[in-house]
Amino acid sequence: MTLTEQVITILLAALATMATRFLPFMIFRENKPLPAFVSYLGDKLPPAILGILVIYCYKEQIFSFDQKAAFGLLAGLVTIGLESWKKNMLLSILAGTATYVLLMHFF
Amino acid sequence: MNQEMKLAMQKAMPIMTGFTFLGITYGIFMHQLGFNFLFPTLMAASIFAGSLEFILTNLLLKDFSPWLVLFLSFIINSRHLFYGISMLKPFKNAGWKKFYLIFGMCDETFSINFSSKIPEGLDRQKFMLYVTMFNHVGWVFGAMLGGLLGSLITFQIPGVDFVMVALFLTLFVSQFNGEENHFSSLTGLAVGLFSLLLFGEEFFMLIALIIMVVILWFRYKKEVRA
Repeated sequence: MTLTEQVITILLAALATMATRFLPFMIFRENKPLPAFVSYLGDKLPPAILGILVIYCYKEQIFSFDQKAAFGLLAGLVTIGLESWKKNMLLSILAGTATYVLLMHFF
Repeated sequence: MNQEMKLAMQKAMPIMTGFTFLGITYGIFMHQLGFNFLFPTLMAASIFAGSLEFILTNLLLKDFSPWLVLFLSFIINSRHLFYGISMLKPFKNAGWKKFYLIFGMCDETFSINFSSKIPEGLDRQKFMLYVTMFNHVGWVFGAMLGGLLGSLITFQIPGVDFVMVALFLTLFVSQFNGEENHFSSLTGLAVGLFSLLLFGEEFFMLIALIIMVVILWFRYKKEVRA
């Protein structure tokens, strides 16, 4: 690939990515009323997306469970436990990540 | 620093830091393959979708195939279509801010922006703009640093990318504990798991999202009738 072709490749990737982000806004314009089901989706879809993202985070562990996967699960439980208990997002994320980093470092 | 910026800093800080570290990894990866630092920097700035950027790096070393790149990029990032549908109302009437809010809507930014509860009197769209900016800057800065310094960097911390997992877990738990009806959250988990086991890692997310829309369609029909 020449430099020009590389630049075009990057621009195309950016264009396709932007299409996935901008399309809904181009289809459902601000000045037109939102179809009722689309509005319903806007409210109900996000919690499901978060659930799917949680599965996404553990997609490798589900197929091959090893030591690293166990650390990920343990650190995840710390995160979930802290968030349920203290309801402090920053604390939950930092403590969960610290748990994982320390486990990776010492074992 | 205004109130919106302060709050955004607090909410975005873990991911901004995580993005910087992951960006460094990505920059080093490109550096080791012989790319000038401008490549990771400009790719991070213009695409701002981590997983695609790693994949694209490998494609850049192969034959030029524009249609493949367009198709692959669209499919890999197709989940953003569903984020957009969720943000139609929150981004409404955002004026000039809207362009950047949509441009920078990666998984993490979307999740933070959608989930954040904003105190009375603060401008939510301004807050979301700052969150988007902090995450974007973190990623681009990391990619540039990694691309510039390459293998000189020795302060990598293994496992720090867990911050992304911790973010989604935290947001899920906080959503779950704050909602009256768990239908969407629990169905999302179940459909995600089902789809992963059935269709494998590559395409499970897109398929899960489509199944979810179908399920919500039936639920919507039922609610309208009731």
